[in-house]
This record gives sequence, C-alpha cells and structure tokens, in this order.
Amino acid sequence: MPVKRSDKTPMPERDAGLRAHDFLEVNEGFDMQRAMFEAERCLRCQDAICVEGCPVRIPIPDFIHAIAKGDISEAASILRSANPLPAICGRVCPQESQCEERCHMNNRFNAAAIGHLERFVADWERGQPANGGAPKPWRDEKIAIVGSGPAGLVCAGQLADMGYRVTVFEALHAAGGVLRYGIPEFRLPNSVLDWEIDVLRQRGVEIVTNVIVGKTIALDDLLENMGYAAIFIGTGAGLPKFLGIPGENLNGVFSANEFLTRINLMRAYESAADTPMKVGKRVAVIGSGNTAMDTVRSSLRMGAEQGLIVYRRSETEMTARIEEYHHAIEEGVEFHWLTNPIEVLGNDEGWVTGLKCQVMELGEPDESGRARPVPVAGSEFVIPVDNVVLSIGTTPNPLLLSSTTGLETDQWGCLVADHESGRTTRARIYAGGDIVTGAATVILAAGAGKNAAETIHRDLSAAGEAAGP
Amino acid sequence: MARILSKRPLTPVTTLFVVDAPLIAAAARPGQFVIVRVHEDGERIPLTIADYDGGRGEITIVVQAVGVTTRLLGALNEGDEILDLVGPLGTAPEIAAGGHVVGVGGGFGAAALLCLMRDLTERGEKTTAIVGAREKDLLILTDELGAVCGGLELCTDDGSAGFKGFVTERLQQLIDGDGPGRPDRVVAIGPMPMMRAVADTTRAAGIETLVSMDPLMIDGTGMCGGCRVTVGTEVKFACVDGPFFDAHNVDFNEAVRRNKMYIDLEHDAAERQATACQRAAGGA
Repeated sequence: MPVKRSDKTPMPERDAGLRAHDFLEVNEGFDMQRAMFEAERCLRCQDAICVEGCPVRIPIPDFIHAIAKGDISEAASILRSANPLPAICGRVCPQESQCEERCHMNNRFNAAAIGHLERFVADWERGQPANGGAPKPWRDEKIAIVGSGPAGLVCAGQLADMGYRVTVFEALHAAGGVLRYGIPEFRLPNSVLDWEIDVLRQRGVEIVTNVIVGKTIALDDLLENMGYAAIFIGTGAGLPKFLGIPGENLNGVFSANEFLTRINLMRAYESAADTPMKVGKRVAVIGSGNTAMDTVRSSLRMGAEQGLIVYRRSETEMTARIEEYHHAIEEGVEFHWLTNPIEVLGNDEGWVTGLKCQVMELGEPDESGRARPVPVAGSEFVIPVDNVVLSIGTTPNPLLLSSTTGLETDQWGCLVADHESGRTTRARIYAGGDIVTGAATVILAAGAGKNAAETIHRDLSAAGEAAGP
Repeated sequence: MARILSKRPLTPVTTLFVVDAPLIAAAARPGQFVIVRVHEDGERIPLTIADYDGGRGEITIVVQAVGVTTRLLGALNEGDEILDLVGPLGTAPEIAAGGHVVGVGGGFGAAALLCLMRDLTERGEKTTAIVGAREKDLLILTDELGAVCGGLELCTDDGSAGFKGFVTERLQQLIDGDGPGRPDRVVAIGPMPMMRAVADTTRAAGIETLVSMDPLMIDGTGMCGGCRVTVGTEVKFACVDGPFFDAHNVDFNEAVRRNKMYIDLEHDAAERQATACQRAAGGA
C-alpha cells in the first residue's frame, strides 16, 4: 500500500460520479491489511487523552492495540463493552472534533483513524456467527425506554446487560429513531442498523413498535399500572423548525425531516415503495449541518441535477462533519455561503419556482460566539429552484411532555435532566439525548443513555437495599 | 399487527372494519385518528377513528377505497392482520357545553361523526347530524348515527332519501330556524369542498365552526411537518395541533393545493396496482 505512516490511512470510497446516483454506502471500509497498518500508527499513549474526547469513553488505545496484534475478536469485545453501537458510531461520529481531535499524532502528522478502525472492528463482528442468545434477565425490575433512537438503544442495551427486563417503546413502525428516518442509506445502511438492533434483541431487549408513549399509553401508566420500576425518556428532538418566510407552504417545500423520512424510513427511492416523492431538477437545502448534507446528497440520488446548500453564514461556521462536507463537494453539491433566504417563490399552481435570497456579510460575534451575519442592503437575488428543503434544526417533540405532569422543561422546550446522571425532576424518570440537550450528535445521545443506565441501576439498587430483604 | 375482528361493506367503495386494538381503544377520544400501513413497502396513511370501545378493546375505522393503500386495506377480511396500526393521534375537539351542536358529515366523513356526536349527546348537548351523499345507497351508518344524535337530517343530491340537495343547503335551512333549529356550534367532517362550503355558510351566520382537516402526513407525531395547515396567521401541524381547526380561519385554497401534491404519482401508482392485480388474476 503506497501510504506513508505519517498520514492517516485513507478510507476507500466509491467513485463520486457513480455513488451520487445511488444509495449504496460511500465508504467501503478498511480491509484487514489497512486496519492493521493504521492500528500501528496509534502511539498507545499512557495518558490516552483521546478517551476523554469520547462521550462513551471507549478504551481507544486498547482496542486499537488488539487490532495491531491481529486479534479482532478481542478488539470487538473491548469496543462493545463501552459502546453498544460501534458499527453506527464508527460511521456517523464527528471524530474530528472528539477522539481524533485530541490524538497526539496531530502534533506532527495527523490523527489515527479511530472512527474508521471502530467501524472496521464492528463490521468484522457483523460477519461473525451470532453467539446464540443472551442469558435471561435475572432481575425482577422492568425498565421502560421511550424512544428507540441512539440514547434509548444504548440505555436499553446497558440495562439488559445488568440483568433488567427492558422494553423499548417506539412510535414509528421501525426501530432506530433518527438513525432510521434521518441518516441515509449511503452513510448508514439499514442493514447495519438492523444488525445492531438484532444484537440488542439477542441481549434480551424487547422492542415494541407502533406505541406512542403519551398517546397510546400514558407515561404514568407505565409506572403505576404496568409495573415498570423506572423509565428512560429518549424521545429526541424531532420537531422540525421552519423559517417563517413567505412561500414556505408552497408545494415542493419540505422540512429535512419529511424529505429524509420519505426516503429513509419509507424507502421512496425503491420502485416497490408506495410512498410518493417528487424531487425536481434543482433542489436548494437551507442549512449547513449533517442533516443538510444528508438532504442535499439524497436529492442528487433522487435524480436532482443540481443540489445547492444555502447558508446565511460562511464555510467557517458550517456545522457538518468534515467528511460529509468533502463528500458533498466531490459529488458536485454547490455551496452558497453568506446567502440568506427571505422568500420562496411559486407559480400559479402553487409549486416552487425559486428562492429569493439576500447577500450577507459577517459582523460582530453573536451570543453563540460566531460572527453575526448581516444583510447587505439591496443585494436581493433569486435562485431558480424546484424544491426547497429546510434543514435549520429541530426542537424536542412536546407530545410526551405536554401529556405528563411534573416534568420540567426549559425555555427551549428541552426536558430538564441532569446531564451526568440523567435524573429528571421526577423520581424513577430519567432522560437523555436530544430531548435534554436539544439537537446534538448520535454519540452524545449514546453517552447520555449509558450514563442514565448506570444511574438507574444505582438508584434501584439503593432503593432495594433501603427496602430490605 | 392488529387483527380485523369484523368487516362490513357500507357502499361499493366504503368498508367498515372493527379492529382489535386494546391500547388505542382505551386511550381514544372523539375525533382522533390512527395511522395504518398495510404491507412492507406500504405508505403510512391517517384514518379517523369512527368509534371505539375501551371495554371490548376495539376500534372502528371506515375506509373509502380511493388510493393504493385504501384499496389494499378494503380488500382485507375478517381475521386478517393490519401490519401497522398506531394511535390515537391528534387532539379531540374542544366543544363548549350548552347549545345546539350540529355535526355535518359528507360521504364517508359521516362515520367520523359517530363517536363525536355520541360523546356530545351523552354529556347532555342538543345534537343534530346532517349527513349527505349523492344518492340513498351511498349514505352510510344512518341507523348508528340516528341512535346517538338528538336528530338526524339526511340529504341526497337526487332526493332519493331525505332532503334533496347539499348538506349546506339543509344547514342553511336549520340556521334559518327550520327543523331542529339554528345551531350554536357546527362541526364538519368530510371532503374539502364540503367543509369549505360549510365554513362559508356558517361564516355568514356567525356560527362557531370546526372542520377536521386531513392533509398528507407521514408520522402523525409532529416530526415531518408535511401536514402544515395555515389557520389565520399561524401555521399549524394537523397531526398534533389538529385535526380540528376554526373553519373560518383555515386557508382552504392552500389545503386543497397541498393535498393534490402527489396526485399524478398517486394516479400512476393506482394504474400499476390495477395492472399487477390483472396480472395476478391472469396467472391464477
């Protein structure tokens, strides 16, 4: 392999010209040779500050060392002890701002490819025969998990491993939450998600779909009438934001949630699927986060000739993972920085024809610390487009919280819970992930689920001891 | 999975199903809806809960075969399972106590009035249902509605049953004092043109009116935002804020336009379905 040890081993990728027209995964994954080569780049630092950057505290040097020795089975068990969703996190974590950002290799070269190695190990594990079912739960306490996104799944897995009887309630017809409806196949294949969920089922987690806690069952019913000892709420931040500009309800304007749900959950790109989807020739996506990149790249795959990102700030303030940004550029996405949408224009039939924008310039830093974009007077112009997709963030879904008393929310509608312990303002109810933090990352949600599982175990154990034998 | 306990054809295209759904039946309130999916490649569609019985753990849904999913659903039989059934969704309408409540139902929307009118009658309101269809044979659930309403007014376009004319014409007569008399509140459930016509009729008379909007939706929990309805100056999500909104402030033009967004694709899908059925029939 013609690679210098000083450089990160590149991830093999499918050709941009080909992949931009289908939904197959972009990254092809390391083979054994690449993985062992890359693993040798890890310095096995005594201080291992990379671990501090990981919300689930994976013993990173240990699992990489196991790869270097060629013992992938050992690497897998180290990884899985800390992270119940390695095949997912290895694909979607923003490593460059977490573990890899702290890597000492950055001082002279570039970081070890921790994310790629995590994915390699998880994919290897996925190729192994299933290890024939987990021990039956040995504790009596039942725990209810509300929501089957990353926070809920991780919390469920950890509690099942501790012997609890765990039931996950999911509102949609398929489990996975944002991993299912939000992240596209070309970045996180459904088969990978299905496998991670199957592993959890084998570990004893029961998943019940088509139940909306707060609608189908009241949260308090779970505690009072259904015998659950504790509840973890991981319902995420699923409510899409709109800009409130004129023309937003024209035909052909979507929230990113709707656009991606039609494609990912309902598989509108497959000819057999009944769910309809109309993607025009030119699609403008407003926003610059991972969801915006997923949306604009999906639009190309759905047949758009031109995919545009429209963002009122500059490239520096963009919030997407760097790999997604590079992939989007390679696939031909156009970036309109410092461009503020002010109106969606339509034709007589009510279909989108264009996006009216104004040019922005960067001013003084705002409350987020980022330079505030300020409109340039008289700079209005129109980008002709057929679709506009809003990817400007999501807020917590009030469905559950509005139907439950005694749970405090903050000014942004987030559920108030201690970020370390997951405890809410009510006993026996815990929470974590986007419902608490507002829209964040898969791995932060996973970390919160893991922390809450530990708290639930501590609290139930303490209550058990207090009650006596 | 939810088992179909019984099936009853109401008209050539309209079918009533009683479905085993204990959790939904226990939680349901009048005017709420469910979302169903009937096969692995299927879409999710909302259907109003026509009736529910928490004690028996059953809900009643009425399906009019107009699209791919409703046709597949209509073809299911007693003992079959509906692949996915979730709910109850949406919010029951808030109807103030006292006064004469008139429920207006058009086409299969009449079914949706059933539990709503029963609830109002049971809590002591004076209730009248006005239901209409093109002809007598297309009127549905008239006996059931008659049993739960103080009064029942039938309307047919051809005069084959009850009043000859539109529901709005009969409604105007009531407003003018005829029959059971002027309504204090009106709830309309049915096709968009009918609900718009009801809104126009009661607006002129200054009668508080709710309509049950049925926009396109996917998840039904506020996640996709596809069901946006403009009410006055506000944009609402029909799935969580509705489906009932102030009829006099709903932007019907926008609602009608948004519901037609996929009409060409729906047409294509229906043709594909018909071809597939013919092929299957030919091969059998």
